[in-house]
Amino acid sequence: MTGTRRAALLLGLCAVAPGAARASEAPEVEQAIAAITGDRPVEEGGLTLRLPALAENGAQVPIGVLVDSPMTAQEHVVAIHLFATRNPTPGVATFHLSPALGRAEVQTRIRLAEDQRVVALAVLSDGRIRRAAAETRVATGGCLT
Amino acid sequence: MSGTMTLAQPRIRIPRQARAGEVIEIRTLMEHPMESGIRGRNLTAVPRDALVRLLVRMNGETVFAADLGNGTAANPYHVFFVRMQRTSEFEFLWTDERGRSARANARVAVA
Repeated sequence: MTGTRRAALLLGLCAVAPGAARASEAPEVEQAIAAITGDRPVEEGGLTLRLPALAENGAQVPIGVLVDSPMTAQEHVVAIHLFATRNPTPGVATFHLSPALGRAEVQTRIRLAEDQRVVALAVLSDGRIRRAAAETRVATGGCLT
Repeated sequence: MSGTMTLAQPRIRIPRQARAGEVIEIRTLMEHPMESGIRGRNLTAVPRDALVRLLVRMNGETVFAADLGNGTAANPYHVFFVRMQRTSEFEFLWTDERGRSARANARVAVA
């Protein structure tokens, strides 16, 4: 990795630091995210997004989301939203969770059209929102041509 | 594609027995093309045919649900975890955009 590329990556990381203006996504992605967050603050951390760094087949990319939550009636995860930022339509899925789930974890398989960042939002029962993102390279795009 | 045919039979992997308080893993696989209609950047190139929802009930109460978008892969596969307190009946229900549905049931005994 060249020095300038590393610097660019570090800048990219800084851009997603809490509270800072993060790397902005395409307008329809920003809109979809804003529809969930409204004007509530979004926290980083407490949410793990597992995605392979290289997806051989974009039509079937395994993804896992794990939220740090006790999953009790008082304190649990209400919903998890997934967005593929560079798909023709960014919406992947929304999962609705309940305290009956012993663990705030969901695994599924998604479609990715090209190299991109996947964004996860977790909505907690007290209204807080957490965000995580992961980058993946896609060897063969998941959208039919 | 699946056209006017009925939906496939869902496949569920769930333990038959659990201890009280144990968190069990449930895996579901539903055969379906999940045709988004999109080809390249043309969003309406072919007719859509997609499942829109997976609903999981335990003893009649919804414990997990998924709203499926275009980014959900064909043959939707989901893994989630449920804490078992007592012997329970599970119901799994997939629904497509035309209102057709497929159902599966399972029972987990808690000793």
